[in-house]
Amino acid sequence: MLGLPLEIDNAVKRYGELIAVNGISLAVRERACLGLLGPNGAGKSTLIRSIAGRILPDSGRIRVFGELAGSASARAELGWVPQELALYPLLTCRENLEAFGRYQGLRGKALHEGIDWSLQWAALADRAGDTVKTLSGGMRRRLNMAAGLVHRPRIVLMDEPTVGVDPQSRNRIFEMVEELRDHGSTVIYTTHYMEEAERLCDTIAIIDHGQVIAEGSKEELVAQAFGSRSDVLMRFAATSENTAAWAVAHGGTIEGGAAHFAIDKPADIGPLLDTAVRDGLEVVDVVLRRPNLESVFLQLTGRDLRQ
Amino acid sequence: MIAAIILNGFRALRRDRGALILSFILPIAFFSIFGVIFGGAAGGGTPRVTVLLVDEDRSAGSQQLVRALMREPSLKASTHAEVKKGEATPADYTAASAEAAVREGDAPAALIIPKGFGEHPVSFGPSSGGAPIRLLHDSSDPVAAQMAAGILQKVMMTSMPDAMEKLGMQYFEKYSGGLSPQQRENIQTAIARTPSGDQAAARNDSGFMRLDVRDVVGEKNKNSMIAFYAAGIGVMFLLFTASAAGGTLLDEAESGALDRILSARVSMTTLLAGKMAYSALLASAQLTLMFLWGAAVFHLDLFHHLPGFFVMTAATSIAVASFGMLLASVSHTRAQQGAISTLIILTMSAIGGSMFPRFLMPEAMQKVGLLTFNAWAIDGYTKVFWRNEPVSHLAPQVAVLIGAGMGLFLLARRFARRWEYS
Repeated sequence: MLGLPLEIDNAVKRYGELIAVNGISLAVRERACLGLLGPNGAGKSTLIRSIAGRILPDSGRIRVFGELAGSASARAELGWVPQELALYPLLTCRENLEAFGRYQGLRGKALHEGIDWSLQWAALADRAGDTVKTLSGGMRRRLNMAAGLVHRPRIVLMDEPTVGVDPQSRNRIFEMVEELRDHGSTVIYTTHYMEEAERLCDTIAIIDHGQVIAEGSKEELVAQAFGSRSDVLMRFAATSENTAAWAVAHGGTIEGGAAHFAIDKPADIGPLLDTAVRDGLEVVDVVLRRPNLESVFLQLTGRDLRQ
Repeated sequence: MIAAIILNGFRALRRDRGALILSFILPIAFFSIFGVIFGGAAGGGTPRVTVLLVDEDRSAGSQQLVRALMREPSLKASTHAEVKKGEATPADYTAASAEAAVREGDAPAALIIPKGFGEHPVSFGPSSGGAPIRLLHDSSDPVAAQMAAGILQKVMMTSMPDAMEKLGMQYFEKYSGGLSPQQRENIQTAIARTPSGDQAAARNDSGFMRLDVRDVVGEKNKNSMIAFYAAGIGVMFLLFTASAAGGTLLDEAESGALDRILSARVSMTTLLAGKMAYSALLASAQLTLMFLWGAAVFHLDLFHHLPGFFVMTAATSIAVASFGMLLASVSHTRAQQGAISTLIILTMSAIGGSMFPRFLMPEAMQKVGLLTFNAWAIDGYTKVFWRNEPVSHLAPQVAVLIGAGMGLFLLARRFARRWEYS
């Protein structure tokens, strides 16, 4: 197959008055991990479902390895992990994987190898004979992922795979995604948790109101939004109106009892500390913080990611 | 506090269409159906019994009896097959053709008035009179023969007073010869010779007429009417099973598994065909189990009717499976499907004869019953097990069941388009 794993050209999807996807264009190279980062309702899932061929865009084109999304050849290359636990609750792990493997056209040896591989990958080999309803929430999430990958697709779509899981299970899921990425799969990963996108994705597209408002690596996005600027948070032994006035007088603000300053380079923290000491303030804590994707989103939209 | 609980209950009920249907529409529907069947609403009344009449005597007396039977409002008596539009009136029934018609289920009973009836229309004793009137019947309808015999007796009493009077005088002359002590003794002796009610019933005598009653369909069958009940009850539960099997489509839609399946290499047509095949196989297994149980426990003669059984089971299973697929594809939620299914299946079962034999329903109701799978399936199984008809005679039932099944599947496919893309 020729072409990039994923090419989206000006895709638009409307639901009545609502424009869920508003002219999105993206290109994903092989072995990349693209994070689609945005708040709930931003249009991430609609975009993912369009790539999976489950939603027909009103206009624009989506191609998977050069083939139109939804075509038989595009489907064969794709593995989709939906946000919902799309499993058969009364079947065992192995039976679920067998069902979805067969739906993907696997038979015989290829099917058995696919099942064994995905059970190992999801760390569920010892629970292969257990029904879904007996599994913990984290295990169900992992099986949900395995069911989308039993046919070993070259491009994997993951729609918020960590929703509702505990931190330990979330970490296990991260390791699974990293393993996929390390073995050469192309991964499209939607999330509204910036730490997931930061950890897993080499390229991030920030989506809001159905549009890509910024795209690049984390560093590129931060640099685009903030340049080399960093944040400094200073806490004092006693916070008073004087310390607030002092912070404002030196270009800062008070946030949660701490003075907040924006500095162009890390070395600027020294003079700031000297000034505080000189003005008689007892500094008890100083934090130098580089802006993150949350800050980028806030900067670009004026809203928090989780709003 | 209690008021708040009551209020919450009614608020929730108002928004639960399924519960509303089951609470209010289903009882009304059932009440109406059984009201029409038993209560005589909608111009129904007690159903008329179809009786075929064969006059072998062609005497004034036999023709008088035929005319009286034809006028009888509780009988649907006819001397020939139904006249089809544009065709000549068919020939009158003979004893053989009437028997064949009863065997094939065209009518539950036939009355054959024998040669010589006009000379001895009534008799007051077992040895007097000519050949008996023959009543041929199909015992799958337990009411028809009783009704026909009773009405024949009534008609003889009311429509042939001259015959009764004539015979009475003959008896008087024969036995009295005046009112002497000897005459009185003779009359007493004659009365004593008249059989008691029990004796007459034992000999199928009606006191003043002789009746030869014969079950022409079930006489050689070994408890085969159990097939009627197996089919009736079986189809009703098959419909529920098919509805539940079709409902897995809604479960998959609600869980997201349907999206996942359709994003793989499975088309909606393939998915529906697969689910329908599963549902049909499940239905076949259920019917097979029911008939095996019938054979083991109720001595149903399954193993001599296997070809017909397999043909009817296949056709019935296909029909109910596609019905289940259609119910699922038109419903938006599993709860909605459950309520609609219950309403439709119980209604179909009541009208179609699963709960109450159709032949005991008013004629109009019997025709409405033909809109249900239950009626066609029960008719087919009855042909196989009760009437011992060959497989080729199942063509109408099989054609309707499979044709309807295919039609419903295509409709289900049409409605399922909403799941294909959003």
